[in-house]
Amino acid sequence: MQETMTSPAGVPGFGRALKTEEMVLNMGPQHPSTHGVLRLEVVVDGEIVVDVVPHIGYLHRCFEKHCEHMTNYQQVIPYADRMDYVAAMSNELGYVVAAERMLKIKVPERVEYIRVIMAEFSRIVSHLIAIGTYGMDIGAFTPFLYCMRDRERVLDIFEQTCGARLLYNYMWIGGLSHDVSPDFADKVKSFCKYFRPTIKELNDLLSYNKIFIRRTANVGVLPREVALNYAVSGPVLRGSGVKWDLRKNDSYSVYDKLDFEIPIGAGKKGTVGDCWDRYMVRIHEMEQSVNIIEQAVDKLPTGDVQAALPKRIRPDAGETYARTETPKGELGYYIVSDGSATPFRIKVKSPCFVNLSALPAISRGAMIADLVAILGSIDIVLGEVDR
Amino acid sequence: MTPQELCDTLKTTFGDSILEIKTDAMPDPIVKVAAERMKDVALFLRDDERTLFDVLMCLSGMDYTGGKLGVVYHLHSMKWNHKIVIKVEVPAENPHVPSVESVWKTANWHEREAYDMIGVIFNGHPDLRRMLLPEDWVGHPLRKDYQVQEFYNGMKVPY
Repeated sequence: MQETMTSPAGVPGFGRALKTEEMVLNMGPQHPSTHGVLRLEVVVDGEIVVDVVPHIGYLHRCFEKHCEHMTNYQQVIPYADRMDYVAAMSNELGYVVAAERMLKIKVPERVEYIRVIMAEFSRIVSHLIAIGTYGMDIGAFTPFLYCMRDRERVLDIFEQTCGARLLYNYMWIGGLSHDVSPDFADKVKSFCKYFRPTIKELNDLLSYNKIFIRRTANVGVLPREVALNYAVSGPVLRGSGVKWDLRKNDSYSVYDKLDFEIPIGAGKKGTVGDCWDRYMVRIHEMEQSVNIIEQAVDKLPTGDVQAALPKRIRPDAGETYARTETPKGELGYYIVSDGSATPFRIKVKSPCFVNLSALPAISRGAMIADLVAILGSIDIVLGEVDR
Repeated sequence: MTPQELCDTLKTTFGDSILEIKTDAMPDPIVKVAAERMKDVALFLRDDERTLFDVLMCLSGMDYTGGKLGVVYHLHSMKWNHKIVIKVEVPAENPHVPSVESVWKTANWHEREAYDMIGVIFNGHPDLRRMLLPEDWVGHPLRKDYQVQEFYNGMKVPY
């Protein structure tokens, strides 16, 4: 790696040789602000970022190759957990939606509602981590502790439901591994009651903090057209003012029966599509998730969560592409079946992978310190980038 | 546009370069395109007022076995809210596909990943390097006939 830095062509991927005043700075792979093992080769001119070349793959675990060597479709789920490991429920939901579409299974209403509740909880958890670590990137340590405190409560609910706190293997093709406990509804409602005021607390502490706004407003602006061309999704896309959420626009599960809003960035503190907008979309999404959870718990029908479990999972030869809205954005599973019990090919379109690919486009011309702010506002999880 | 209209539009515009059309596929229509015309098809689909496929949702490299590789493009239009699947197929001994990086920027990393994993070569890609594996890795792991190398930089690979 070292010699490539000084090669006449400059940094691989940079596209030209370095000028005299330019220099290459290595950020990562082990760096606290890269949220995992990500290496950024930064070409700088003084304090100004000329270009960023991300190098990924340090966490590559051959997810797609493993899928082709499973004995059945069900065994993919624990691996899907381990992609975006801070929001494992959302990954599972995406996979089971895709697999059930291939198998043409209709799952009971109760299963759908529990899945929605779990997926929204996992959105809250993921956003709490995104917000907490983002504050820490910029120098605010306290919000991180507040976020982790609230996250614990959600993890307790997960633990009570399926025994695991981080990687669940909870959603199965055609059902769930366990039904929820009898006091689930009370627990969920008391969490919602507790959580709403803490969002306000977080706003007072971080969102409207003067220093925080100075660090994030007008920084890393991602215009709408660039966002679409890079096909970014999730809060990054909505932060650029695009009202697009798969839960509404390409609805799956029972989201069409629930009432919620799609928050978008409006440039309240700076320009539309800056870091603050992306950050604030996450705060508002947590509020909406609480709304969804409360509605879903009130509507939760009775029934057997394992009624539709298939005896044998063997889809007809064919293919499907199913996408769901995870906390990070559009997670797509492209599943190809050759009619056997093992998937012929599973390709994952990872939202973090795509969102990270837009990083060079929005960091050029920024200061080095802002690069950390921009990277944090994209909110990547390297487990999902590298798969 | 309905799936049928989409396919008809492509057929009338590109004629013989459209090799196969499946409108009953689930859930979106599948159109197989001659590999050498892929970039023209992509530009048409993005810019034509009737199609306006402004988002490339997913780009997947495929090994269809039997000496055939392929690339699958999942497209979506924000304005019209319709989707289409475009497929190209190339022989494994000469796997060249025109890059659509200049059409959709997001294809840059997707194509690098397909090159890395399957070994499809994207002509006209500005920076076709391996994406996830080290630059000196040998072979393309998602090929069905892939054999893992015995040693990598002196380290034993199969454990």
